[in-house]
Amino acid sequence: MLELQGVTKRYGAVPVLAGVDLALAAGEALALTGESGSGKSTLLHLAAALDAPDEGAIQGGGTRIEALDEAGRAEVRRRDLALVFQQFNLIPSLPVTANIAFQAKLAGRFDRAWCDSLAARLGLQGLGDRYPEQLSGGQAQRVAIARALAARAPLILADEPTGNLDEASGDAALDLMLDLVRETGTALLFVTHSTRLAARFSRRAHLAAGRLQPPLAA
Amino acid sequence: MTLSLLLTALLSHWRRRPFQTVSLLLGLAVATALFSGVQALNAAARASYARAESLLGADRFDEITARGGQAILLSDYIALRRAGWRVSPVLEGGSTVDGRPVTLVGVEPLSLPPGALGAGLVDGAAALTGFLAPPWRLFAAPETAAALAGADLPEIQVVEDLPAGTLIGDIAFVSARLDRPEEITRLIVGPRQKPGLDAVETIAPRLVLTPPTGQSDLGSLTESFHLNLTAFGLLSFVVGLFIVHATVGLAFEQRRPLLRTLRALGASNRAVITALVVELLALSTLAGLLGIIFGYLMAAALLPDVAASLGGLYGAPVAGTLSLSPLWWGAGIGISIAGAGLAAAASLWKARGMTILEPVGVEAWRGAEMRRLRVQRLLALALGLVALIGYRTNPGLIGGFILMGGLLIGAALLLPSGLAALLRHLAATARDPLRAWFWADTRAQLGGRSLALMALLLALSVNIGVGTMVEGFRKTFFGWLDQRLAAELYVGGRDRAEAEAIRAWLEARPEVDVLLPIWNADFRYRGWPVGLFGIRDHATYRDNWPILDALPDPWGKVSGGQAALISEQLARRFDLAPGDTLTLPAPEADWPVTIAGIYSDYGNTVGQAIVALPALLERWPEVERLRYGVRADPAMAETLAAELTEALALGDRQVIDQSALKALSRRIFETTFAVTVALNALTLAVAGLALFTSLLTLSATRLPQLAPAWAMGLPRATLARWELQRTVMLAALTALAAIPLGQGVAWILTAVINVEAFGWRLPLFTFPDQWLRLALLALVTATLAAALPVWRLMRLPPITLLRLFSDEK
Repeated sequence: MLELQGVTKRYGAVPVLAGVDLALAAGEALALTGESGSGKSTLLHLAAALDAPDEGAIQGGGTRIEALDEAGRAEVRRRDLALVFQQFNLIPSLPVTANIAFQAKLAGRFDRAWCDSLAARLGLQGLGDRYPEQLSGGQAQRVAIARALAARAPLILADEPTGNLDEASGDAALDLMLDLVRETGTALLFVTHSTRLAARFSRRAHLAAGRLQPPLAA
Repeated sequence: MTLSLLLTALLSHWRRRPFQTVSLLLGLAVATALFSGVQALNAAARASYARAESLLGADRFDEITARGGQAILLSDYIALRRAGWRVSPVLEGGSTVDGRPVTLVGVEPLSLPPGALGAGLVDGAAALTGFLAPPWRLFAAPETAAALAGADLPEIQVVEDLPAGTLIGDIAFVSARLDRPEEITRLIVGPRQKPGLDAVETIAPRLVLTPPTGQSDLGSLTESFHLNLTAFGLLSFVVGLFIVHATVGLAFEQRRPLLRTLRALGASNRAVITALVVELLALSTLAGLLGIIFGYLMAAALLPDVAASLGGLYGAPVAGTLSLSPLWWGAGIGISIAGAGLAAAASLWKARGMTILEPVGVEAWRGAEMRRLRVQRLLALALGLVALIGYRTNPGLIGGFILMGGLLIGAALLLPSGLAALLRHLAATARDPLRAWFWADTRAQLGGRSLALMALLLALSVNIGVGTMVEGFRKTFFGWLDQRLAAELYVGGRDRAEAEAIRAWLEARPEVDVLLPIWNADFRYRGWPVGLFGIRDHATYRDNWPILDALPDPWGKVSGGQAALISEQLARRFDLAPGDTLTLPAPEADWPVTIAGIYSDYGNTVGQAIVALPALLERWPEVERLRYGVRADPAMAETLAAELTEALALGDRQVIDQSALKALSRRIFETTFAVTVALNALTLAVAGLALFTSLLTLSATRLPQLAPAWAMGLPRATLARWELQRTVMLAALTALAAIPLGQGVAWILTAVINVEAFGWRLPLFTFPDQWLRLALLALVTATLAAALPVWRLMRLPPITLLRLFSDEK
């Protein structure tokens, strides 16, 4: 589903990632931990086709991402991926229902019943007409998770999705994500700085100084 | 699907922010309205000129006129007809019907070339007889026919495409009505003539054959007026675009995260840009539609003023109805879309180059601001150079407008740099830390407010410039009227016999000092209409005539019979100076005279010259001898007028006292500048709106800057008061800068543009009370514009400010 081979990324002369190898199969969930500045977000951005590596190869959903142009990368993001951001990145001018449906519509996989069931599972009933500014942090994050799952993308990339939530809300959000990922057979790359949350994943990797430590075993 | 989805996301921004939406639509609509309204006014006026110029095929057929502006004698007409010339006589003259001025045009339909008079108007025996014989029938434009309904006239048949205020009738009826029997103004020459005809000059030496004028006389005469209107329309358009630019720029900044999210969710950059462009097209089309409706209403409201201005300045007849082509409607929408594109270009460019991820090392505000100010300074310098070069290479009307445009926009571009330097100095020298923060924060906000302040500077300085010009003109013109209208009474006879009777009656009265004949010959000098007046040698002229430049003893030279005084317009138009020779086209032979001096003749649309009366009568023996200026005991003037009117049964308009004539001239003056004053006020209103919208949109982005000060103990009321002080102070500084700039605009208007447009130069005055009034207006506008954001800030719940900290990432 996702495969990184010898991926290197530098900002100026400073290497942020240095020859990272990583593979994630369909239905797998992987927690990626690391200190601030270790390169977690950079790795996720590369996997999400938001940025291009300086060296190495990235394969996502059967497509070599690193060689694509901007339009090609946009196509991969629309077709093969769904993202959950730390800042939620909801569309502020659309109500919750439209936000949940947005990426599914963009990918051409909109299913109203599926969106409604996700909203129900994530406890968003009754909030459909609210706008993002009227939601609490936990509610906004659940909308972001619903949006990612509604698109039925084969791979979900989550960047510290519980970073803005208190411990209880973060745990609840992660439980839901893991349950839904398992049920739908989606692959999940979960970036977090919390070793406590990472401990709940069967597969874990730790990023330090731009390298996976220890090297990830399949 | 993708496009409609992206549009849903983008357009929802405007739905959620109705005020911003109204700002954008209103800014664009107002800009379009002022521009397209002015175009509508120009189009209406030009359509009227075209109708006047094409009357009786004057734009297609040759015509024959008498030299020296004299009437054509019936004998000359008969001689031409006998020689085989196919010519048709026309008699034209001004008259009044129920107090309304009209132009009567008499034609002879049987000899008119085909198509000269509208198709089918006099076809058929019944139609022809009705026109040719009593009780007669007249043709007039719809609005003229409506205005004259119920008047003591023959039946009026409505004919589209006739000029306003013109009545066409049979020449027999018109010559009786004008009391000018056996007179012909001109002859229309048929397009097909027999071969081998003798030349016109051979048959009748007093007559000349002239080809149709290729270019409209009125069109070229009024070109400067329309250029002036267009310049105002463009200025208002530019000021309106400031609003749009500010609103679109803010919307882009507010939606930057949204654009990134859309890209992260898989929308390609091209799809996002396409959606932004489609959104802009939709909004600008809507605003354009609103704008042309507003523009139509504005033009309809201003058209009477424009008609009055054109009538007063150029004697040009302009119909009181708007006739707009589909092209105008299309152009209105087009200009709205183009304006929106121009205003949004920077934002679209930024969106095009925007990366999905925040760039590493975001450029500091300060660095970006400094660079922007530097670019503006360089641009101002370049504009200044272009303006100077434009003016030096083309010192005419266009050069004058280029100079003014360069000066205004260059100064507007320099304004933020000047304000930034001043605020930096104030921040550096402030001892109190809060004051230092106040100045530094004001400077930090300059970027967001600078466009609105630039718009305000433009509007204020144009207001000062135009106001100074109009006030200066008023002052000069009224002083000049007092000089020129020195006679106590002005009298005129309807015919020569009556004029003689008036003269005899007045000369017998002891309170009358002298009668000054006002007799003139009209002709064209090098294609330009000129009135040549003969005067008696009298102290009235020597003491009062407003001489600008002259040889020694100009009046002595004029009374000697071989010298003339000429008007400033005539002198400037043909580059004539005292001492030069002017060759006047007298009916029998050219008459060279020495120019003894130049006098001011404000407001006259044609050239004028003065020679000694005996010299005029010697060369133009047939001049109408109908009017006199009467010098009399001022205390007796009113009684004298009443007695004269009664004794000779004269009409109201035949005896006019000096004060009535001055009042009439002043009234014409006021209507002449009515449209300028109205556009001036509208431009200022648009600038006020620009200030208001920019402050209101900025207020949303101000909270993160104010929240830390609030957190450190400054009450909301204090913050609100300071916000108000900032705005008012910036407006006051802008108004201060507008004064010298406005005076510069006034100089360009009086010394360059007016000279080119009207042919006269006014002295430049300063009106400090006007500056004060405008500065106060600017402060009131700024206070009103700042009031709503400040009121919002004062009422802001503390939780909103707290949220700013909890949301900080």
